[in-house]
This record gives sequence, C-alpha cells and structure tokens, in this order.
Amino acid sequence: MPTAASIPTASPAGTAIRLRRVAKTFGKGENAVPALRGVDLDIPAGELTLLVGPSGCGKTTLISILAGLLSRDAGELAVFGRDLGELRRDALAAWRRDTVGFIFQQFNLVPQLSVAENVSVPLVLKGESAGAAMRKAHELLATLGLEGRGKSAPLKLSGGQQQRVAIARALIHDPRLLVCDEPTSALDAELGRRVMTLIRDRSRRPDRAVVVVTHDDRIFHLADSIAHMNDGVVDRISRGEHASQPHQSL
Amino acid sequence: MFRYAIKMLFGDSAKFYGILLGLGFASLLIAQQASIFVGLMSRTFAFIGEVGHVDLWVFDPSQSYVDEPKPLRATALERVRGVTGVDWAAPLYKGLLVATLPDGSRKVCDVIGIDDDTLAGGPAEIIAGSLADLRLPDAVMVEVGSSQQQLLFPAALGPGAVPAPGQVFDPKGPKRPVEIGDIIELNERRARVVGLVKCAETFVAAPTIYTTYSRAVTYAPPSRRVMSAVLVTASPDIDPAALAERITDETGLDAMQPHDYSMRTLGYWMRETGIPINFGIAIALGFFVGVAIAGQMFYNFTLDNLRYFGAFKAMGASTWTLLGMVALQALVAGILGLGIGLGAVSAFGLSAAGGKLAFKMLWQIPLIAAGAVLVICILASVISMWKVVRLDPADVFKGP
Repeated sequence: MPTAASIPTASPAGTAIRLRRVAKTFGKGENAVPALRGVDLDIPAGELTLLVGPSGCGKTTLISILAGLLSRDAGELAVFGRDLGELRRDALAAWRRDTVGFIFQQFNLVPQLSVAENVSVPLVLKGESAGAAMRKAHELLATLGLEGRGKSAPLKLSGGQQQRVAIARALIHDPRLLVCDEPTSALDAELGRRVMTLIRDRSRRPDRAVVVVTHDDRIFHLADSIAHMNDGVVDRISRGEHASQPHQSL
Repeated sequence: MFRYAIKMLFGDSAKFYGILLGLGFASLLIAQQASIFVGLMSRTFAFIGEVGHVDLWVFDPSQSYVDEPKPLRATALERVRGVTGVDWAAPLYKGLLVATLPDGSRKVCDVIGIDDDTLAGGPAEIIAGSLADLRLPDAVMVEVGSSQQQLLFPAALGPGAVPAPGQVFDPKGPKRPVEIGDIIELNERRARVVGLVKCAETFVAAPTIYTTYSRAVTYAPPSRRVMSAVLVTASPDIDPAALAERITDETGLDAMQPHDYSMRTLGYWMRETGIPINFGIAIALGFFVGVAIAGQMFYNFTLDNLRYFGAFKAMGASTWTLLGMVALQALVAGILGLGIGLGAVSAFGLSAAGGKLAFKMLWQIPLIAAGAVLVICILASVISMWKVVRLDPADVFKGP
C-alpha cells in the first residue's frame, strides 16, 4: 500500500508539473465558491500520479487547470517548465493539442464517426492528413487488441472496448501529459487493472507524466504517487509501491 | 475536421432528415408560392404579349389595365394615324360578350377583334384552320382549352350541324367540345367557328374568341365608343418611346410600349388587390416554418453534439475550427434542403405545365429561395455557434 510522504515531493526523474499556492474560485460575491484554496503539488515526470479525494474536493478543477482547460485565479503553475498563464487562448489550445492527451469519464466518442476516425481526431487537429491519421489509428487500435474494429461504430463496442478506443485517442499523438478522469469507473476490476497498467506504461519516460483522477481504490496499488485532496487543498502525498520500480507489463 | 463535421451531420439521421425536411419544405413553399404568384400576375398582362410585335399600345388615359377597356371613339384611329412617325396603326376590340349555345346555355366570352386588313394581333398559334378564314362570313376562331372546356355542345349535335327547327337539347345531357363548323350566337348574332387557336392563359377565365374588328363591333352592344385600343408600329427613324410621347401630346390618349403597358397592368393588380399580400403571407409562412423546424432541429443537433465539440475543444481544436464545422454543417444541410425543395417545385411546375394552374419560375425565384434558406441556416447556426463559442472545454470533465 502507499506510504505517506511530505508535500511537495520529488521523483528521481524530476518534476513534470509544479503547482504553488494555486487557487480557483467560481462565482462572485455571496455566490463565490472556492474550489482550490492554494494547492502546492509537484507531479513527478515518468510516473503515474493519482488524484483522490471526496466529491467536491477540487480534483476536477485541479486537472482542468493543469491540462490548460481552466485558468487559475492565483498561484504559480508550470507544466514541463511552461507557465500556462502566459499563453493566450489560441496558443493554449495549440499547447493542449500538442502536449495533452485526455481520457474522459464518459469517453466522449463521437457516435457518428467510426472507431478509427475517433482515434484519429488529435492527429487531424494537428494537421496530419486524414489518410495518414487513419493508418496510424488502425495500427494503434491493433496494439490495443482492437484489430479489425476500426470501421465499427463506437456504440457497437463493449464498455471496455470503448475505453480502449478512448485510450487510443488520448495516446495517438504521443502526448507528454496524459490526463484521465475516472478511467476505470465503468470497468470491472480485471479490465480496470488492465487499462490502468496500459496507462501507467505510458508514464515510464522522463519526459512524460500521467495524472489520473479516481475514486477507484482498486487501482491505488498501481500508482507511483497519490495526491490526497480535501476541501480544495492537497493535504498529503502517498508514494506508491511502484515508484521508481521497473515496469511490469500485463 | 470538416470531413468529420459532415459525417456527424449525416450520421445523426433522424435530425439530419428533420433538418432537410424543414429546409426543403421552406424552400418548396417559398419557391412554389412565388412561382404561382408570378404565374398568376403574368396572366394579368399575358394578352399584351399575345398580340405580338407592335411598338405601341394607344388607349384611354383612364384605363388602368388591359382587361378594363375604356372604349375609344372610331376617330381615335385616324388621329393616331395622323401623328408623324406612325408607320402603321390598327384598331383592336376586346370585350366580354355573351355566347349562346344550341342547348340554350350562355357563357360570357372574351371576344378579341383584330384588324380586318392585316389580321395583326391575332393568336400566336393556330391549331386548326387558317387565320385568313376569319375573313369568311360570320367567322370566329375559338381557343382550345378554356373554350373547349366551357363552350360545350350537345353530343347529339354533330360538328358543324345546325339544329333542326324546334329541336331541343337537354342542358344536362352529354356534351362535346366545340369544333370547327359549329354555330354559336354572340349577342344574338350568328358566329361560325372556322378555326381553333391556342393562346396564353389570361387572368380572365372566360373562353377567348377571335374575330375581325369590324365583325366584333357588330357583336358588341351598339355604342359610339367600341374601340378598345389602337396598335401602332413606329417608323424606322423614330424611337417608340419618343413616338409615344408625341401621340400622347397630340391626341390626349395614353401610348405605351408593350412592356410599359404590361407593367401598368401588373401595377394595378399589385396595388388594388390583396393577391400580393396573400401570397406574401404564404411565402413568409414558408420562411418561418423553415426557421421553426430546421432552425430548431439544427440547434438541437448542435446541442446533442456539444459534448463532442467540448471534447474537440479540450483536445486543442480552436474555436474557429469548431465554428467552421458548425457553419459547414449548416451550409451542407441548406444546400441539400434547398435542392430537395427546388427539385420538388420544379417537378410540380412540370406537372402543371400546360394546365390551368398559373406557374412561372423566374430565375430569380431559386435565388430568393436560396437567400431565404441561407438566412434560416445563418439564424440556426449563429444560435448554435453561440453555444459552441461559450462552451467551456473544462465541462468535458463534468458528469453527464
């Protein structure tokens, strides 16, 4: 099981994301709701980091900020050394396009597009030709055990298969930062473990980082570190048993 | 991404067909009603075109439209002929007279009397007989179509046969259309059908009967004023417009070129009747139906796809890319809907060709329909685009 550690922490590979006193409040005046109250956190490179905590503690707000989807009200944020606050909206979109891969809780696979077309979206957004993007999508799907399913409609796949399609879409452009929101919530224990192992594999490079928001304690043991959030702050960091250990594949 | 935008549009078949139905129905209503309106209004001055190539029409200044003859004195013809620059001038009679058929039934007919000498102003198309036959005694030519449908003879009376003295026909008995040789009475005077002609449908639904001017005035009720208009051709060395001014100055009559006279006639019907308002309401209804159905469907389509647009936005799609996708979806739906609507209107027009239904699709009408569909698409997509612009990419992490 994970063991407690001081806040912030560091890893042998260095820090991918650095947050200091990051605050975010929604609404104004009497309706103001503070979501983050000054988060200090270092997310190590080359590792899988879980964000855990009760509902409403600020997990989603925090990953939205560090993925460049939401601006912070105060504090410092550097993602791979880049202060996202310096980027204008279009530049931020371009940064997300090049740097971040997303796995959403609801998958958000477009039902009108084929599986391969869904997977190819990040490459098409980067300007790659549709043909080349589709070719790479089929190749990646094959490595995820979905060979021959590229032309299928996403809704015709099982929940686990859809999750793998969502993973393929998040990974196809080889992002440095992978952000996952409850990736195992719809999966049984075995499939959840397989998916998390797959995701963790992606973190095993010094210029990569994976951040996963989850309530699923079945996957805690796969994490390298776990940031526990409560009431808008990270109140402790647990270092997982896999930290700095060689990768074990499925 | 634009290819994917099209696939998203086509892939949601229920909404896609709903959008097409709305846009198609809107363009159908707009183009069809506009075409019927134009067809109907064209009939108001169709007779002017039917008369053929004359440079000027000369008529009473108080006359508002061609089917409202304000008779001129016979001297008007000589006064017009006396104007310098008039190469040729001929009288024209146009009036509604009562025709009596062998079974005793009566029909109001539109009688046209054309110049005896030149027969100028005659029908454009002779179906049977010869225009020169109008010079035969009591000769008239009747229009196929409304005449043959309305001037019905007893079937027991063969074509050209004269009823025996005392022979009575049942007005409700079997009928046949009028044929060459048949005898009718116009204001109790004998008229013999010597030919069948085809002419443009006019606003007057009465059967059209052609005869010579001199004979037409004998059919008309006795009056010192019987001439409906004087038809004029200008000398080659004078501009018809200038000649028209000269005729007006010297005779006190109105003189107009056929196009101007047509527009005067059209203007009367546009101003004095509720026809434009009624058709305008129908066309506006088509537009609002399009906005209501297609706009609502398209907005719902965008709302349904908002989470995917949000995912694209999170993945780095720019707002402009997403707006381009929405605009393309609206444009494609608009083009297809317009095509369906105009195709249906064209088929309707072809099926109505040659019939009684007034239908005339000018080249401007598809453009008007396209403009209306474009406005519908813009309205629908702007509202949808607003949702996309306001879309917070962080919303993709929110639950369903």
